[in-house]
Amino acid sequence: MKALLIRDLRLGTRAGGGFGLGLAFFLIVVVLVPFGVGPETGRLAAIAPGILWLGALLACLLSLDRIFALDWEDGSLDLLVTSPLPMEAAVSIKALAHWLTTGLPLVLAAPVLGVLLSLPFEGYAPLILSLLLGTPALSVVGTFGAALTVGLKRGGLLMSLLVLPLYVPTLIFGAEAARRGAEGMDNGTPLLMLAGITCGTIALLPFASAAVLRVNLR
Amino acid sequence: MASIWQYANPKKFIQTTDRVLPWISGMAVVCLAVGLIWGFFFTPEDFRQGSTVKIIYLHVPSALMAINAWLMMLVASLIWIVRRHHVSALAARAAAPIGAVMTVIALATGAIWGQPMWGTWWAWDPRLTSFLILFLFYLGYMALWAAIENDDTAADLTSVLCLVGSVFALLSRYAVNFWNQGLHQGASLSLDKEKNVADVFYHPLLVSIAGFVLLFIALVFLRTQTEIRARRMRALLARERLQ
Repeated sequence: MKALLIRDLRLGTRAGGGFGLGLAFFLIVVVLVPFGVGPETGRLAAIAPGILWLGALLACLLSLDRIFALDWEDGSLDLLVTSPLPMEAAVSIKALAHWLTTGLPLVLAAPVLGVLLSLPFEGYAPLILSLLLGTPALSVVGTFGAALTVGLKRGGLLMSLLVLPLYVPTLIFGAEAARRGAEGMDNGTPLLMLAGITCGTIALLPFASAAVLRVNLR
Repeated sequence: MASIWQYANPKKFIQTTDRVLPWISGMAVVCLAVGLIWGFFFTPEDFRQGSTVKIIYLHVPSALMAINAWLMMLVASLIWIVRRHHVSALAARAAAPIGAVMTVIALATGAIWGQPMWGTWWAWDPRLTSFLILFLFYLGYMALWAAIENDDTAADLTSVLCLVGSVFALLSRYAVNFWNQGLHQGASLSLDKEKNVADVFYHPLLVSIAGFVLLFIALVFLRTQTEIRARRMRALLARERLQ
């Protein structure tokens, strides 16, 4: 398991793995927003938590096809299936590697981009906390979507259509927690719900992902 | 011993549904005609909503069927996963577009009613929003069916998607409640008689709901038959090409 994790992390961070592309995309989205809605500080501050969450979510989505596509093409996915490692574990490791190479950098970059959107000072801690709690769910759900569409040509658009509705609860609670934090309100409930969703998806979804992956490799 | 599983045999399924289909469709037409005509022309106007209240005879049944169609797909997917009956998978596939159309009808009639009543075509109300999300789930489900060439693979993947999607659809349903306050009124029907809509509206509504249920069953039967026949035809053509 450790070997698989290290291998995926290496592949993800080295050249050709697309590391940093997600971050760059996140930056671009945040830079484009003021062009779209105007540069008034008040308006930007009001929508900053939502925009940052949405940007992180889209950046996460764009990097999903990397999870399985390359392994599928060179056949190492078939090797994984025949290895003694349970498929569920392999899928969880893949999701973890995706989170470490995509989710975590997004969490770390979010405060910097918050400055660009004039996020109020109280908003930083809730934003980081909500992203930290929420992005693992994005990775795990995304792994399921990637496993569903792994064998398909032009699966990318289809995967967005499948994965985005599944992201709705996470986005609602995450953005709500960040927004309430930024407005100085109590955000305990949405944070707890977000943590619940993340724990639930981590516990259950790998089974579904492993099942669809087995079907796809049949 | 007759059991429900004998209908897992496509031939038996087609025979039986062929026999009952005219009756079900006939009853659907009668119920819809009675329910809608009764509802549209022979019920009083609501004293606040005027005649706009009559859209309830389309709105409530279609919304009900939009959810029930997904439930039926869920059950059919479970049967496919557990017992691997092809008819079941095909029935789930057949139900999806019907459910999606029901969702659109519910959303469209709601918008048409909402424009004069709430003063807006659309509001980000929890019910409206969760219906829109349900529609997205239908779209994803149908797109996945269409994208995969191998029939068995497609059935497997869409079944798992249906199971996972059900959980997330339910989750979204309650998440949006948390996210925004609602404009939408409470349930039109409930087992608690006090909370129901008034009797004059209630009876025609029940008839038109029965009509929608029958219509759904008839359409699912018909579409499943079509799927079975299409698949049989493909098999025959493939065999002919081999010879």
